[in-house]
Amino acid sequence: MLEIQNISKTFNHNTVNEKVALKGLSLVLKDGEFVTVIGGNGAGKSTMLNAVAGVFPVDGGRILIGGDDVTRLPEYKRAAFIGRVFQDPMMGTAASMGIEENLALALRRGQKRSLRWGISQKERGQYRQLLASLGLGLEDRLTTKVGLLSGGQRQALTLLMATIKKPRLLLLDEHTAALDPKTAAKVLETTDLIVNRDKLTTLMITHNMKDAIVHGNRLIMLYEGQIVVDVAGEEKKRLTVEKLLELFSRASGSDEAEDKLVLS
Amino acid sequence: MSLNPLELFSQLPGAVAQGLIWGIMAIGVYITYRILNIADLTVDGSFCTGGAVCVVMLLSGYNVGLSLLCAFLAGMLTGLATGLFQTFCGISAILAGILTQLGLWSVNLNIMGKPNQTINVNNYDLLVSLRYLQEVLKGTRPFYWSPILVTGLFVLVIVGLLYWFFGTELGCSIRATGTNLHMARAQGINTDFNKVLGLMLSNGLVALSGGLLAQYQGFADINMGRGAIVIGLAAVIIGEVVFAKIFRNFSLRLLGIAIGAIIYYVVIQAVLWLKLDPNNLKLLSALIVAVFLAVPHWKKSLTAPLARKGGRGDA
Repeated sequence: MLEIQNISKTFNHNTVNEKVALKGLSLVLKDGEFVTVIGGNGAGKSTMLNAVAGVFPVDGGRILIGGDDVTRLPEYKRAAFIGRVFQDPMMGTAASMGIEENLALALRRGQKRSLRWGISQKERGQYRQLLASLGLGLEDRLTTKVGLLSGGQRQALTLLMATIKKPRLLLLDEHTAALDPKTAAKVLETTDLIVNRDKLTTLMITHNMKDAIVHGNRLIMLYEGQIVVDVAGEEKKRLTVEKLLELFSRASGSDEAEDKLVLS
Repeated sequence: MSLNPLELFSQLPGAVAQGLIWGIMAIGVYITYRILNIADLTVDGSFCTGGAVCVVMLLSGYNVGLSLLCAFLAGMLTGLATGLFQTFCGISAILAGILTQLGLWSVNLNIMGKPNQTINVNNYDLLVSLRYLQEVLKGTRPFYWSPILVTGLFVLVIVGLLYWFFGTELGCSIRATGTNLHMARAQGINTDFNKVLGLMLSNGLVALSGGLLAQYQGFADINMGRGAIVIGLAAVIIGEVVFAKIFRNFSLRLLGIAIGAIIYYVVIQAVLWLKLDPNNLKLLSALIVAVFLAVPHWKKSLTAPLARKGGRGDA
């Protein structure tokens, strides 16, 4: 479903702040694969996701989604194929607009925005049902401004928005990192539910190695802009945090990096 | 020196009419300042563009409806210029507006041919005029010619149309663009296109307002838009402060801004009545707007330490 071919990205070219974020990274995701992504700070996890989403152009390489070459497509056009949830709960929703308005915007992702009314009566039933499935009591607050919701509620809503129109690819960029542990667990549970129900091809960045092991059916680890660990299937199921650290130090060839990963 | 209340009272209808005309302009400012979250300085130029186009077309014998329509369209073009500066050229919003505003100075002079073009209400069929207002008050002209009624109708129609537009899929996507760029792009919204469209709509309304004011006062002047953005902001802020608790609905909020413009002009009229030197009016306007813009900031920085103090007391 997703094919990343040898992409590279350097920020602040030819300055003292030059940072090579991606070094010829390649990755192929099969239909329905749920991949967790780990790696230390500056390993290139977010850069990889943002490159796929089209937040910035890549310096080299190609990106294909469902066979379509999207390398040169602007961010808003790629959005037709991609659902996204960000780390910052503020980023995924429009705070001054109502819950139903946010969902209506998401339902029209990839469509031309016409002069038809922004929300149809028929949709409201669908929204109520979807919101009820979150179990947060949001189904009775359709017109509540999203700015009044808690971080967890906003992330759950963003998750709904990202998946309300089944995307070819779901990108989750540490979407539970800003939440308290209990809320984070709840949002992760909802994530699992939706991804499994709709069999979504998913890339999920997480800082939590346990989460990376428990969730998804494939795990990759990034180090200095490249994929250094890639395990799937039975092998992934047998993973432990210790095993993961060992794999990592072997791949990166350094012990000191191990601490960096644990600490981050 | 004596202050005659009757004199102030007699100025009120004029203040209301002018306020309503500026109210249309303020609604345009609201679209950029509040909905798109852009401080657009184009308006100082596009307001005059509207007046210039309208007057010159009337002088060339076109009817008033077509002249106002062209003023609106010309305003949209100025918004297009600023929009392209911002999106296609990547120039910051404030600077893009200043560039267009500066360029429009020459454009407006070219349209008018000279810095001031008068239009005599005796020789042309105008839609609104100070003369009409006086005649209606005297009873020599039927009431429905009152500029207050005519511009009031304009305001109502514009508010209705904007209420509809910002409820459509496209309108919602513009609101999302102003609220959260990241979210808008992630939801497949072409934020650049929406910014340009919003700027065009805003400046179209500003120019329409300029066209109405030029008719009302009987001339278009190269300086008529100077400081327009401040008056627009003042109206937006007054409208929001006064009606925040009562007007929740979007269309009512827009109406509140038009009323905010009326309040602004009534206050100006009262200040003039108090024999303030008219030369100091702009200084006064700037200070008032500055204070109103500062109040939310002060509130924040004042309440933060207080809250901390309270917390310590509880412990």
